[in-house]
Amino acid sequence: MIPLGYYIALSAALFIVGVVGVLTLRNAIVIFMSVELMLNSANLALIAFSAYSGDAAGQILVFFVIAVAAAESAVGLAIIIALFRNKLTVNIDEVNVLKW
Amino acid sequence: MNWYDILFYAFALITVVSAAGVVLSRNIVYAAFSLLFTFFGVAALYVLLSADFLAITQILLYVGGVLVLIVFGVMLTNRANKVEVKHGGLTLAPAVLVAGVIAGTLIGVLTTTKWPAASFEPYEETARPLGALLMTQFVLPFELASVLLLVALVGAVIIARREKARRV
Repeated sequence: MIPLGYYIALSAALFIVGVVGVLTLRNAIVIFMSVELMLNSANLALIAFSAYSGDAAGQILVFFVIAVAAAESAVGLAIIIALFRNKLTVNIDEVNVLKW
Repeated sequence: MNWYDILFYAFALITVVSAAGVVLSRNIVYAAFSLLFTFFGVAALYVLLSADFLAITQILLYVGGVLVLIVFGVMLTNRANKVEVKHGGLTLAPAVLVAGVIAGTLIGVLTTTKWPAASFEPYEETARPLGALLMTQFVLPFELASVLLLVALVGAVIIARREKARRV
């Protein structure tokens, strides 16, 4: 049987990969994919805790995370497309009009 | 080592390797396809944790919804011959610092926490208890989530729509 800590370690590894992606990449869409990786890692941790504590309420929380992630992806990609239409790029280092 | 452990290690490996592929890939289309394998790996791990309904939801919503949206975003924002992903040069040092601090914190928590040794009882089925919980204890967040989805739908359409010349 796999101990709970293994699932949490896997979730932490996924989260770190997502953090590295958000911090180092410059393409807004790939940054967006890295955010999805982090959301998935949090979901994995929640389901692992839910399963090992025998409480289904943790899975409900994952439902809400998935719902909010779907809303976030729709709005986020709409923003990226609007950005591309105005600036003809999705590299965030070339889009610094909000800097100051 | 029984079949459960072997499956766990196999799916964990698939998930982590393809997640690294998302971040390290130079080609944005390859990154999107790596993300597909990550989503499937996470769904398989949900099945191993006996969350069958959420595994199906993961495949339907992430693979069928979010990933398709991402691929549409890739197609709409890139010319076909220019799909390379730029990796940051200037931001590398602070990124390594921040990621290192977060990784250190997580590893510290992982190694110092006393995880309960109890193994879990596989659920009979999860759709029924989840539905009951959603309709009783969590009915208010459920309704709020539906309102949020409606707002996000309208907002996404308004943001992404091409603006027409305003009539005076």
